[in-house]
Amino acid sequence: MGLLSKKDAKLILDPLADDNPITIQVLGICSALAITAELKASLVMAISVIFVLGIGNVVISLIRNIIPSKIRIIVQLIVVAALVIIVDLVLKAFAYELSKTLSVFVGLIITNCIIMGRFEAFALGNGPWRAFLDGIGNALGYGVILIIVGFFRELLGSGTLFGIPVLGDPIAKTGLYSIGYENNGFMIMPPMALIVVGIIIWVQRSRNKALIED
Amino acid sequence: MEKRTDKNSYTIIFAIGMVLVVGSLLAFASASLKDRITTNRELERQQNILYAMGINENDESNAVFVSTEEAPKLFSEYIKKQLVIQGDKTTEDNEAYLIDVKKEQTNAKDGKERRLPLFIGEREGVTYYIAPIRGKGLWDAIWAYVAMDDNMVIQGAFFDHKGETAGLGANINKRFFMDDFIGEDLMNNGKFVGVNVAKGNADPLNIDKTDNEVDAIAGATITGDGVSAMLRSELKLYVPYFENLKNK
Repeated sequence: MGLLSKKDAKLILDPLADDNPITIQVLGICSALAITAELKASLVMAISVIFVLGIGNVVISLIRNIIPSKIRIIVQLIVVAALVIIVDLVLKAFAYELSKTLSVFVGLIITNCIIMGRFEAFALGNGPWRAFLDGIGNALGYGVILIIVGFFRELLGSGTLFGIPVLGDPIAKTGLYSIGYENNGFMIMPPMALIVVGIIIWVQRSRNKALIED
Repeated sequence: MEKRTDKNSYTIIFAIGMVLVVGSLLAFASASLKDRITTNRELERQQNILYAMGINENDESNAVFVSTEEAPKLFSEYIKKQLVIQGDKTTEDNEAYLIDVKKEQTNAKDGKERRLPLFIGEREGVTYYIAPIRGKGLWDAIWAYVAMDDNMVIQGAFFDHKGETAGLGANINKRFFMDDFIGEDLMNNGKFVGVNVAKGNADPLNIDKTDNEVDAIAGATITGDGVSAMLRSELKLYVPYFENLKNK
């Protein structure tokens, strides 16, 4: 890669697979369970987190030398909360329709442990550019899992993708439904998200034995 | 040696400084965007009311409002009267659509008389009575605009929510749910019963319009119960108005 040095590229690429925040670090599980019943919601959440974590990491990194260590967690919380609220306000004023879709996620973003985790583990000890890459990388890793889970849950639970029916009409019995296929109602319940995440973890670790802890 | 940033005095000064900076930043953002946000909200109300009486740009499966540019014009064209019902008194008020239902509910709790807004719209010779209502979902507020005819049969409904679960309760603002209400009778044998969002409904295709039931959304039990409760308790308040209408 010409644009990024090898070390910098690692910051973006590692969290996508071998150091994924959800499947390896097991952070951010709560929101991954809550909003992945639909692909669209997963995508919106992924984009929001990329945005917040990218900028949040830079802000924390810029003020890392003046943050008192005793109250650093509170400071991090304030930064992410203020950031999310300002974004929400701006959207409400200039893109009202979009803000209605997003406002559901505001609370979930503030309490997302990936964000606090990256602030604490990375941004506090690294410069703004590296912190920015780390934020984008981890948010992408989070987003990828969200979208995979959302894809399977919406497809198997509702027979749609992005709200568009892809398997036929379950009531009129067309497409796959005409040969006796049924939507699995369990898939839209949060516990099934946990099982899907579990399967991803299993697949990932059986492909790369180095990831298995003792 | 103790670091400068570990001192108590530094910590306190930093905390105060941070609160001041972030606080004023948020206050500034909120104050400077307030007007635009209020306008957006008012336009949304007009869009919602028009949606309930069937003035919308729905495509095959999605709910689409009329554009914000057109909303004020269409609103004054189709909404013939805006009423405020207070006890036995009914007065006209051209800004009734701005009445905050949440505030009125709090007032009623405090023992004050509640003002009930009602919008009367006319489209293609049919009269619609549209009531704004508000209730509780699983996580936060839910609300609706319900258009009825003079017999309290639902002619159209728009539901929305503040923070229901995406993909589950949040689907109350989707057409497959809202359209089920069209044609449902709120009355049963001359008595008000509302419309129940029912699990285990024997009529999932919603062919029977007099059973006072619509099919629930799987995985959204509490939101659905909230919708039932909201329709029952809020629309009930409008029953005297409709009875008066008939006795006239």
